[in-house]
Amino acid sequence: MSVEVVNDVKVIVFRLKDEEYGVPVEYVGSIERMQDITRVPRAPKFVKGVINLRGVVTPIIDLRERFGIEESTYSESTRIIIVSIDDKDVGMIVDGANDVVDVAESDIEPPPEVVGSVNVDYIRGVAKINQRLLILLNLDKVLSNDEISDLSTVEKS
Amino acid sequence: MDTTQYLEVFIDESKENLQVVNDKLLELEKEPADLSIVNEIFRSAHTLKGMSATMGYEDLADLTHKLENVLDAVRNEQINVSAEMLDVLLESVEYLEEMIMDIAGGGEGSKDVSSIVHNLQLIEAGESLSTGTESKPESGSTKNGSTLSFDQFEQTVLKQAKADQQHIFHIKISLQDDCLLKAARVYMVFEVLGQDGEVIKSLPTVEELEDENFDESFEVVYITKESPEEIEAKVKKVSEINEVSVSLFDLDASNEPDEKSIDDSKVQSKQKKKSTQSKDETNEPQKKQAVSNKTIRVNIERLDVLMNLFEELVIDRGRLEQISQELDHNDLKGTVEHMSRISGDLQNIILTMRMVPIDQVFNRFPRMVRQLARDLGKDIELEIEGAETELDRTVIDEIGDPLVHLIRNAIDHGIEMPEERKKNGKSETGNLLLKAYHSGNHVFVEIKDNGQGINREKVLEKAISNGVVTDEQADGMSQNQVNELIMASGFSTADQISDISGRGVGLDVVKNTIESLGGSISIDSEYGVGTTFSIQLPLTLSIISVMLVVVEEEIYAVPLSSIIETAVIKKEEVMKAHNKEVIDFRGSIVPLVHLSEVFEVNTLDDDSQHYSVVIVRKGDKMAGLVVDSFIGQQEIVLKGLGNYLNDIFAISGATILGNGQVALIIDSNALIK
Repeated sequence: MSVEVVNDVKVIVFRLKDEEYGVPVEYVGSIERMQDITRVPRAPKFVKGVINLRGVVTPIIDLRERFGIEESTYSESTRIIIVSIDDKDVGMIVDGANDVVDVAESDIEPPPEVVGSVNVDYIRGVAKINQRLLILLNLDKVLSNDEISDLSTVEKS
Repeated sequence: MDTTQYLEVFIDESKENLQVVNDKLLELEKEPADLSIVNEIFRSAHTLKGMSATMGYEDLADLTHKLENVLDAVRNEQINVSAEMLDVLLESVEYLEEMIMDIAGGGEGSKDVSSIVHNLQLIEAGESLSTGTESKPESGSTKNGSTLSFDQFEQTVLKQAKADQQHIFHIKISLQDDCLLKAARVYMVFEVLGQDGEVIKSLPTVEELEDENFDESFEVVYITKESPEEIEAKVKKVSEINEVSVSLFDLDASNEPDEKSIDDSKVQSKQKKKSTQSKDETNEPQKKQAVSNKTIRVNIERLDVLMNLFEELVIDRGRLEQISQELDHNDLKGTVEHMSRISGDLQNIILTMRMVPIDQVFNRFPRMVRQLARDLGKDIELEIEGAETELDRTVIDEIGDPLVHLIRNAIDHGIEMPEERKKNGKSETGNLLLKAYHSGNHVFVEIKDNGQGINREKVLEKAISNGVVTDEQADGMSQNQVNELIMASGFSTADQISDISGRGVGLDVVKNTIESLGGSISIDSEYGVGTTFSIQLPLTLSIISVMLVVVEEEIYAVPLSSIIETAVIKKEEVMKAHNKEVIDFRGSIVPLVHLSEVFEVNTLDDDSQHYSVVIVRKGDKMAGLVVDSFIGQQEIVLKGLGNYLNDIFAISGATILGNGQVALIIDSNALIK
């Protein structure tokens, strides 16, 4: 996903541990509360399972696990952000989602070499807005299927 | 005009019209004398032409126009129906089909049609001479000549007019050189004439007149009770008219059928009103209209959305039912019960909306069979039964290719050459029967030929040489087992690989496709008598019957189609073979598969003395799936796991249970090696 928007990007802001992340609003279908998830056996570890999203079976991934952040129990503020990209609808479990901000393209800086424990590949850039540091995600990479099979083979071996 | 929004409708309807043309052409081949068939073809072709012209696909319209001309000549009995002619007509249908496919694929629908157009014109021109008329070949723009000719229908009208003591006039009208709106003047002239009589025919045609596709003058044949002088005076009142000459028309002199009948709806409709003799032509368009008004095209995706929404409703219904049980309130109970009933009916309707007749698949076969038979020099009659049998759209989409393959196979390998058939005391014409019918929750499709059947020796020879079976195995094989062999991969019974089949796509692909649809295929063959392929298919792929089972806390669904039975087995009856748990099930050794292990379920301590086992099969192999308990049989709506999760081991999909939870569907085939 190259930079498609020339001016402002409207992003949904969500929380993972103590950092704030952003995904462009046009990829977000809805934000759901936590609900029962049916486990899918032998799926990659970060795939929590599938939910019934208004009649559509939708896979759910746990972003904490995807990014290798330590697990925590789900709370009242835990949300599932349903994103859809390349015909794939996926829900991402995040610690909380409660903001929409406009990010000027000029405010986005390339990802620093090391940002916490997150693999740099997932990060499109970092935006600094009034003292807030927002990590903009590269959804393509977050949801990439190749990565999944890579991971699952690693896990199996 | 922006026509993109009509494109889908255009494509669908064009396909439909072409199909009619195609079907009727084949019908015509059987009954060349039946001109009502020609009329039907003509109507569909005409609609197609009109639509493509409106949509701006000129090549398509052009070729259809030429096709129409030939049909026209046929229906005016100027040329006779012949096999060569049908070949060319069917070929042009093929061209048209390709063009429409091109349009459907986002193309322009343009194609070099010159050769086929040339052929069509040859037929039209060459053959029409045989009737001995001096009719001139029709071209797009008819120049003003003085020859007027009539088709039978027009002649009937003229004769009748004469019998009614009406005058028939031949009127020549020329406009002034500087006339600006020629079409408008023509219109006014027709208006004036229409007041006291009927214009039967005009030269050039009304269409061409409207397009101003003529010089200064035109002619009409006119029926009226007025006198020539009156007519002349009236027409002259129209401004910018240069000259009007009215002469009595000699009916007998030009009593030749016209090569080109008019597509002119105005004149035709007047004739229809006038004429007491009603041809079927006059009634049928209305009838057709009525039929097409009863249906509406709906995108299948919308039906899917409707189905999804409906399932939500069903889930809520379940909750409501539960609540009303708990509250035990009479009115509430009554209302909920009523709602349950209605939603049940609604569910049926939604499901049947997705059903389409298998005719959609079958209708492409007659032409294919005809072509193949001609190519191979065989004489084959195709019979189709049960084309109205309905199947879910999802199955229809998948079943076409396997059928094509089986039919090609039957024609190429099954049915013998005419001489050979004669020698063997059979009729020279081979028979191919395509039959569909419902039975229970399944649809059966049979392809039956009365050809040479499967040669056991030949098949075995080939199977041995291909290493599919050994000599020893071959000796003990039943005829059925031998038949099954031809569906083994990489197998072709033809001595030579022909153009028709044996191109590397074997019957094994057909078998796999059908099995992947949850169906099965069997072969019944008698050497020298014929072969029947019988395909069993589920009615729909979106709803299946399953057995819901519990593994610890999780619920899974096992498709009923693969279950033989369920059993509860004492743990002490389980035996070990090769360190694997097996049970003795009605004399067969069946390995046990612990779902909790396969699916890595957190197992709790289990002190039960029994195993609950679901015996499933894949072909003739079996396995026992060990679960914790059975919930029961249920109809479920099949859903995919989404594009994100593909290739999950032993899971073929998911479904939504009454409580809104998702349950996974087990692909037991993956569990049996």
